[in-house]
Amino acid sequence: MIPELGHFALIIGLCLSLTLTVVPLWGAWRGNAAAMSIAPSLAIGVLVFVAISFACLTIAFLQDDFSVEVVANNSNSLLPAMYKFSAVWGNHEGSLLLWVLILAFWMSAVAIFSRELPLLMLSRVLAVMGAISVGFTSFSLFTSNPFARLLPGTPADGQDLNPLLQDPGLIIHPPLLYMGYVGFSVAFAFAIAALLGGRLDASWAKWSRPWTNVAWAFLTLGIMLGSWWAYYELGWGGWWFWDPVENASFLPWLAGTALIHSLAVTEKRGLFKSWTVLLAIFAFSLSLLGTFLVRSGVLTSVHAFATDPERGLFILIFLAIVVGGSLTLYAVKAPSVGSRVSFNWISRESLLLTNNVVFLAATLTVLFGTLFPLIMDALGQGKYSVGPPYFNLVFVPLMAVLMPFMGLGPVSRWKKDDAKRWRAELLLPAIVAVVCGITLPYFTADEYNVWVALALVLAFWLLLGMLRDLAFRTANAASRLQGLKRLTPSYWGMLIAHLGFAATVIGVVATSQYSVEHDLKMSPGDTDVVAGYSFTFNEVVPFRGPNFVADEARFTVHYQGEEIARLAPQKRRYLASGSIMTEAAIDDGLWRDLFVAMGEPVGDDGAWAIRLHYKPMVRWMWLGAIFISLGAFVTVADKRYRRAPSRVSAPTAQEDVHGAKA
Amino acid sequence: MHPVRKQRLLIVLFVVVFSSAAIGLMVYALSGNINLFFPPAEVAAGNAPVGTPIRVGGMVKEGSVQRSNDSLEIRFEVTDFQATVPVVYTGILPDLFDEGQGAVASGVLNEAGVLQASEVLAKHDENYMPPEVADALEKSGHDLKGNKI
Repeated sequence: MIPELGHFALIIGLCLSLTLTVVPLWGAWRGNAAAMSIAPSLAIGVLVFVAISFACLTIAFLQDDFSVEVVANNSNSLLPAMYKFSAVWGNHEGSLLLWVLILAFWMSAVAIFSRELPLLMLSRVLAVMGAISVGFTSFSLFTSNPFARLLPGTPADGQDLNPLLQDPGLIIHPPLLYMGYVGFSVAFAFAIAALLGGRLDASWAKWSRPWTNVAWAFLTLGIMLGSWWAYYELGWGGWWFWDPVENASFLPWLAGTALIHSLAVTEKRGLFKSWTVLLAIFAFSLSLLGTFLVRSGVLTSVHAFATDPERGLFILIFLAIVVGGSLTLYAVKAPSVGSRVSFNWISRESLLLTNNVVFLAATLTVLFGTLFPLIMDALGQGKYSVGPPYFNLVFVPLMAVLMPFMGLGPVSRWKKDDAKRWRAELLLPAIVAVVCGITLPYFTADEYNVWVALALVLAFWLLLGMLRDLAFRTANAASRLQGLKRLTPSYWGMLIAHLGFAATVIGVVATSQYSVEHDLKMSPGDTDVVAGYSFTFNEVVPFRGPNFVADEARFTVHYQGEEIARLAPQKRRYLASGSIMTEAAIDDGLWRDLFVAMGEPVGDDGAWAIRLHYKPMVRWMWLGAIFISLGAFVTVADKRYRRAPSRVSAPTAQEDVHGAKA
Repeated sequence: MHPVRKQRLLIVLFVVVFSSAAIGLMVYALSGNINLFFPPAEVAAGNAPVGTPIRVGGMVKEGSVQRSNDSLEIRFEVTDFQATVPVVYTGILPDLFDEGQGAVASGVLNEAGVLQASEVLAKHDENYMPPEVADALEKSGHDLKGNKI
């Protein structure tokens, strides 16, 4: 009964989305205020019904209703309740429903927090989002119904959730990632609404910007969690594989990074308008492309679910409609919104332009590497794969080109700056950065590493450039503290995010260059020394978990004669599916991680294949990503995103009150 | 020239120079880092190049997996039920690697026709089959268990 209720609620959600697409757009076209003003209520209505539908599926999972096909295929009565909950989106059908739910959530958020928008704009934005919702809800209902029943033939127990997904990180990774992916639909909807209205101005950028920043912040967090999960759960100790599905989430991030910087120029200076719109379309199209890649099973990837081609075709058609439609609209409308303002070469605009060019180049090269196998296959040229070295070779130099400009960014001025001033401001930071960066690696490692030195120079350059700017901006205040207080959240957000970027770069380079990895055969009693840490393999003991049995290896780690950690990696066999899973053991720290994972038994004398890793500063990467995302969240606190309505409505209301009293 | 036009020209020039550099880098990076998939039948027919990185995939032949007693070396055979290719790999295999399951090995074929694998990819969930393997089996006209279709 409950699944049918959920199915029914989803159908109502589809009908409401359909109404949301048609009626307000018609109202905007005919100038009918009544038709336009129902848009916010409809958006909230969609959320209510999709949420009911989602709740019904969740109940089916929690109550072990194995007559529902997805529950039977992806859950088990032995599964801990926490994972029964996350199993809701640990499969194709459920994750799609989550997508629809989050879209409805964003739609309602726009409806609630954007009341100050002109009605015309708001109704168009919501209608565009409604159209996206129609597409995805019908995808869910017609090709991958999560409420399909197995009647008759209800199994006694479910087949269990893929053991790789039975992990706390995976409970929040997909929702965060989707918050980001789907959040770009808001930027997209604003762009399309602006094109429809033919008005692309600074206020459009101001409305769109906080939404884009928040979506981008969620996407950053989602990708970071995915990387972290891959690190400790896949059992390989790697944190980025340039896997097609990772790329699928990274592509919208890259385009989104260009977008949030380009939006800054559009808002502050009224420049790059058409370009920003194009980026917004591009970012969301890449989100859709990502969905297509993940959900169609066209690529060999650790993420692909078993799928049927019909679904891939559906998303491909949807993608074609969205990209084709929005680009056509752009071609028709964009030329009329060109800008006439110019800027000097030595200016913040040109630095942000550099950011855009670099990130666009990065997006296109990663996109090319990801799609190359598909293109060659479609052309009948054979089945190729593009390895991580390709991506590293194109991506790393691009980021290295970016960072020198990034250091100039905060100090630079809009419109026209002076190279002499830059030199005066930044000569000292540049010298200090080069000296620190070049000397520091001498003290940290036995062998001098040029790449680490380069990364440190660039990271110090970012950091010192920002400190210089901070000193400059607070110099005129009564006290430094007061000066700091006067800085806007936008500025703080930028500082935090750029600082995070510097930390990520250091983490990535240090861990790539200094990691030590030993794969070897070890018997109980054996000791192996990795980067000065001696790992002693004591014993293997059986272990019984809630829904698995395991062999647990016991390790003690000594450093300079002192015991610093006990590690217990496991080799698990899940009871329901019989699948084997490696559970790595990690001793984590700010400066280094120690990682132990078990392979397979070797020979008959109790020896195992063991993987021992020493990973310096690997946490910096994820900490940096958290800072990047935090920075983006902080910018939203800026007052200017809220000022517009209060200035118009609040004072008049107050006057009325005073007037009545008088 | 009008300053706005001049600026546009410079932007275009900048974009062109930068993107050519990026494309050049991309082509260079691609040339050394792509590898082609060969079904075992093609390898047996001698169509696969010796000494360049390739991928070979199929089902891991039942009873073919041999683990060394004193190192992490593993030998196994992948088959599309038309031909088999021996593979040598040293290291830790993915959890779901098993006999009778699909796998893709990437590495270099030596003169003796043995694939020296540097990476072995197995499926990661119960129902998933790497598309290349599914395709290779379809070409050889067998199902997953090796029965003629």
